[in-house]
Amino acid sequence: MSSAVQLAAATGHGLAAPGHGFLSPTGVEIAFLLVGLATLGAAVVTVTTRQLVHAALWLVVTLGGLAVEYLLLTAEFIAWVQVLIYVGSVVVLLLFGLMLTKAPIGRSPDADSGNRPAALAVALAAAAALVWVVVDAFRTTWIDLDKGVQGSTAVSGESLFRHWVLPFEALSVLLLAALVGAIVLSRRNGDTGGTSGTTGTGGTGGDKGAPTRGKEKR
Amino acid sequence: MHLAYPAVLAVLLFCTGLYGVLARRNAILVLMSVELMLNAVNLNLVAFDVWLRDTLHAGQALTLFAIAIAAAEIGIGLAIVLLVHRNRGTADVDRLRDLADPPPAGTPAADDSVTAPTDNGADEATPVRRQTA
Repeated sequence: MSSAVQLAAATGHGLAAPGHGFLSPTGVEIAFLLVGLATLGAAVVTVTTRQLVHAALWLVVTLGGLAVEYLLLTAEFIAWVQVLIYVGSVVVLLLFGLMLTKAPIGRSPDADSGNRPAALAVALAAAAALVWVVVDAFRTTWIDLDKGVQGSTAVSGESLFRHWVLPFEALSVLLLAALVGAIVLSRRNGDTGGTSGTTGTGGTGGDKGAPTRGKEKR
Repeated sequence: MHLAYPAVLAVLLFCTGLYGVLARRNAILVLMSVELMLNAVNLNLVAFDVWLRDTLHAGQALTLFAIAIAAAEIGIGLAIVLLVHRNRGTADVDRLRDLADPPPAGTPAADDSVTAPTDNGADEATPVRRQTA
């Protein structure tokens, strides 16, 4: 019986020699590579495009691709949380922010600042160093994806509410603080808007400066 | 799956976000690049959690916490950017030079790009101060 299982395993793995083939990727690896290329390409377009709204839309592709990568790594719950929070709310917030700051719709010539060559040099140097280190460190390491699902909703919820309850509650307090802080920050001065004396003149002075500055920018 | 695949992808995403943070001028695009860097870290956390088979699921729990903190961060960051835009009329990070060192007096070469924003900032510092008072 055991020899039959071993035979089946051997024929099942086929040419992938002892356990893992370095140059014979499995299907999951190929899928991960393809989705990763799409994700990386969308990320590069996000940071290089000159159309601000398109950057936000390419960010959707990047975050969605990352959700697929989480699914391939058997972390289902993280994947759906990623779709819900990032694609669902963060990108919508960013789009609202772009429109509330009167972002130009077409190509804006000053989307990149003057230190682009320095930024490119820093990013390429960091990428080269980190890729070298990571590949050298994990050359002989494989993730065993067949040994049960690691991140299903049941497993994640159980560990979250059994071992991580205190950070979870602290995080809810932090979210509440962030909510209150965002409301306080984005409210105009005072409840009464611009009707009160001194703060009203200050507010209108600030608002009067704003449109001229915006026109001057365009 | 070879562990190098998610690790290298996370590294490349992080460096893309790093380039975006350094090279972008609009504050909201800088926030988008910060999101890219945070996502790269999340991918690393998930990959190493699946690799190590942690019994406490520390990696995935930390990923969830990082996602929640990133949501809070983007909310506060956008509120600050909107406030700056309301007070200044611009959301460009390299025009907000109130805290920058004044340019040295003997170098008129870089004046075009440096002194004009600082002068604007000095003019506009008064409504900001009045508003917070």
